[in-house]
Amino acid sequence: MAVEELDPSSPEVMLAFYRRLYPFKSIFKWLNHEHTPTRLFTNREIAYTLQSDVYLRYNSFTTFEEFKKQTCTLNPTRFEIGPVYTARPRDKKTIRPGAFQPIQRELVFDIDMTDYDSIRTCCSGADICKRCWGFIAAAVRVLDSAIRDQFGYKYLLWVYSGRRGIHLWVSDREAMELTDEQRRAIANYLTVVQGGKDMHKKVNVRIGTKDPVLPASIQAALELLIEPFGDLILEDQDCFKKDEGWEDLLKLIPNEQVTAKLRTKWNSDEGRSSEAKWKDLRDLVKDMLKKTPERAAVKAAMEDIILQYTYPRLDAEVTKHRNHLLKAPFCVHPKTGRVCIPVDPEIVDEFDPKLVPTVGQLLRELDAAISEPGSEEHTDWEKTSLKPYVDMLDRHTAGLMNEVRIGKRAADMSW
Amino acid sequence: MNTSRQLAEVERHDILKYPHRLNFYDKPPLDDVTIEEFEVCALNRLRILAEIESCYARNRPFDELCSITRKQCEKYLPMDASTSKTDLDAQRRVDHLGHFVLRLAFCRSEELRRRFVKAETALFRVRYDLEGQVAPLDRRAFLNSRAFAWVQVDSQEKAMYASQLQSSSLGTKDEEYYKVFCPPLTTFSVAQQYAQVKWTRVPDLVEKRRVFLKGGWAYVPSRDQSSIVFQEFQMNLEKALEITAKALPRLDEDTRLVPLLNNLSQGFLAGVPSEWNATTAGDEIKADMVDELARKHFPACMRNLHDNLKRDHHLKHFGRLQYGLFLKVLGLSIEEAMLFWRRSFSGYTDDQFNKNYKYNIRHSYGLEGKRANYPAKSCQQILTMDQPGSTDNHGCPYRHFSPDNLQTALLSMYSAQGLTSADIPEILSTVKAGHYHVACTRVFEITHANRGVKKGEGVGGGESITHPNQYASRSRELEKAAVEAAKVEDGDVVMAG
Repeated sequence: MAVEELDPSSPEVMLAFYRRLYPFKSIFKWLNHEHTPTRLFTNREIAYTLQSDVYLRYNSFTTFEEFKKQTCTLNPTRFEIGPVYTARPRDKKTIRPGAFQPIQRELVFDIDMTDYDSIRTCCSGADICKRCWGFIAAAVRVLDSAIRDQFGYKYLLWVYSGRRGIHLWVSDREAMELTDEQRRAIANYLTVVQGGKDMHKKVNVRIGTKDPVLPASIQAALELLIEPFGDLILEDQDCFKKDEGWEDLLKLIPNEQVTAKLRTKWNSDEGRSSEAKWKDLRDLVKDMLKKTPERAAVKAAMEDIILQYTYPRLDAEVTKHRNHLLKAPFCVHPKTGRVCIPVDPEIVDEFDPKLVPTVGQLLRELDAAISEPGSEEHTDWEKTSLKPYVDMLDRHTAGLMNEVRIGKRAADMSW
Repeated sequence: MNTSRQLAEVERHDILKYPHRLNFYDKPPLDDVTIEEFEVCALNRLRILAEIESCYARNRPFDELCSITRKQCEKYLPMDASTSKTDLDAQRRVDHLGHFVLRLAFCRSEELRRRFVKAETALFRVRYDLEGQVAPLDRRAFLNSRAFAWVQVDSQEKAMYASQLQSSSLGTKDEEYYKVFCPPLTTFSVAQQYAQVKWTRVPDLVEKRRVFLKGGWAYVPSRDQSSIVFQEFQMNLEKALEITAKALPRLDEDTRLVPLLNNLSQGFLAGVPSEWNATTAGDEIKADMVDELARKHFPACMRNLHDNLKRDHHLKHFGRLQYGLFLKVLGLSIEEAMLFWRRSFSGYTDDQFNKNYKYNIRHSYGLEGKRANYPAKSCQQILTMDQPGSTDNHGCPYRHFSPDNLQTALLSMYSAQGLTSADIPEILSTVKAGHYHVACTRVFEITHANRGVKKGEGVGGGESITHPNQYASRSRELEKAAVEAAKVEDGDVVMAG
């Protein structure tokens, strides 16, 4: 029997969610890095989107209880987290404009499925299925390893955006303090697929004029992407099956003899699988004379194709500015009703957006659980399938807090 | 013989108050200064900085900027190398003093600070580079006089990351920069020295992927170490300016200096044309006219946005921004703009339009938010900022289209105005060389040949396109002139026979 789904857009449902389920304390600790409120929390902007679509900026709170109380009063559809300012955002109007500046902020990234619309074949627009998640999974793997390995950051929190994307929040001290210029550098460093609708070849990152090579960081990414390219692009999505798909592919090969041969072959064999087509291309390259510039060029183009189809497509604007707002973890997506839960990058391949708990499901679970008299309301999430996700955030925060504690102790010894 | 000369030089360094031609301006000048000297030093330096700014505004390549700045420096702020017999301390004192006076003048707003830092850093780069060419030993001595906190990478580590380091130290697309700053590139060898610094100190190198990154450390090859120096210079100056800004109110007591400083900072603002502002009165256009104007007068970037808007009844954010501001400066009033966008977004209900787009349009007219009157985007901004993503239409077609799409687009846009496929190869080859504005200028010349525009003439006097509004307004001027001329010929006032 199908249970009637509770409407996530109804104010009653959202109010129950904030009052009984939303883990305000965990979010507070994650933002604050310590147990007692610091500037990281008190000077932090929270922006609410109300039921009437009114956008309320520059809210700030001194404690998580106050944060919860205000959220329940306003009962927004969702809220976003902004930067830490030089002063309390709620006092903004009383402060001289120049003296109110963003100073700290998690380094954030946003990957959205819409940027993959030109290549995915299963869905488009707002839709997402387990199959398109493959693109996100590949992106997470590349980005996670790049940021940990190349930039040396440790506290990365991946959060499902509730519909068709994923966010990353980096909370390391150094990352929090990056300037806009440095954020722009990191965003551009990690942006590989570029160029608008009317540019076929969107990957142009090679360096050197003779035998151009990929920069070391992208070479490392390429190695992570070879497998997803086979599984996802060739097999699952079958991107080069249809005429449009393989015509796009041929446009990326800088050798007319090769493309002419392939075109004849593929025209006569409609519905030839992408895997077979990619193999045709590889066979042609094998037949070319070794160590000729032509062969090197086609091989380089093949690597670029793998990158163009699988390398993370970032929404770079989100990363570039400290004062960009981003939806808070554990908010409910107003259209899907799904909760924006943390995602473990180790098992991101197994993640299925369709299995993410919805607000309706959680409230039913709560009703089913026998409520013990006198139990605290704001830990009610423990009785639902939200628990493992809140635990995940708490574990993440515990590591972060430990680091801060060690740093503080070292500072105390400076006398 | 040789040693005695070296010794003499060392002695001279000792007695000089300013031992180096390059200066990080760490300490302010503490001597007495006359008010004339105060002003003259500052004005002369300002001339140089204004010239640097205008080089940036005109999108000149760095080597041109270098030669222009050097000429200006010889004229207004001569600084001889340490081997010269002139009074080095006097010259260097002027440099020192001028810099600090301008700090006072330019610390007062965010905008002024940003521009001052940019121009001063460029000046420092020009001098640093010159010093490297004419007096490399002096430059080394200058560098040694400061602690830059870079760690040399030892050979063991170098061997460990050999292949990664090699790929980051290969040739680069940024050749302009290299011609100026680096000796001929040497191929990778173990002899190449690397310095290890936190990546945050070299964001420019990271952005272009010119350094190898590991665990937050950037491995900077020796030829790029200048980047660390410039970054340091810039950061120091930014910090110092903020401190000066906080201290400035206490200076207001001196009634002689304040007007002078005000005057200086205004000179910096007015002296440099950086944006296009030329809507003449009575030039207002109506929403209904946009279609025709687009066909006759718009550069490719705006034509492309217009055509996409017609086709999809929608444009994404940066597309709306680029096109909307262009139309605003062209003379579309807010009421007409609202009408135009409402009609163009025909697939949306009034409610959706009002909710999602109205604010945005009003904002760009300075009617919402911080109420800034935003200028239209220049070619430089369109080319370098907010690069189009995979589903965007904005940007510069010459730069952001692939060659075959560009060709098709140009022919479909401009063949009615006289562009033929015979013109395409020339345009594509300029595009390939990266001279997008030259390509755009050439298209302008071709499509306006019937108005008497000749090759090489550009938008008048050989000037090339640097702003989409410049393209459109010149095109409209030419049309107006032609109409006037036709009137004169038809009328009975024709005297010449």
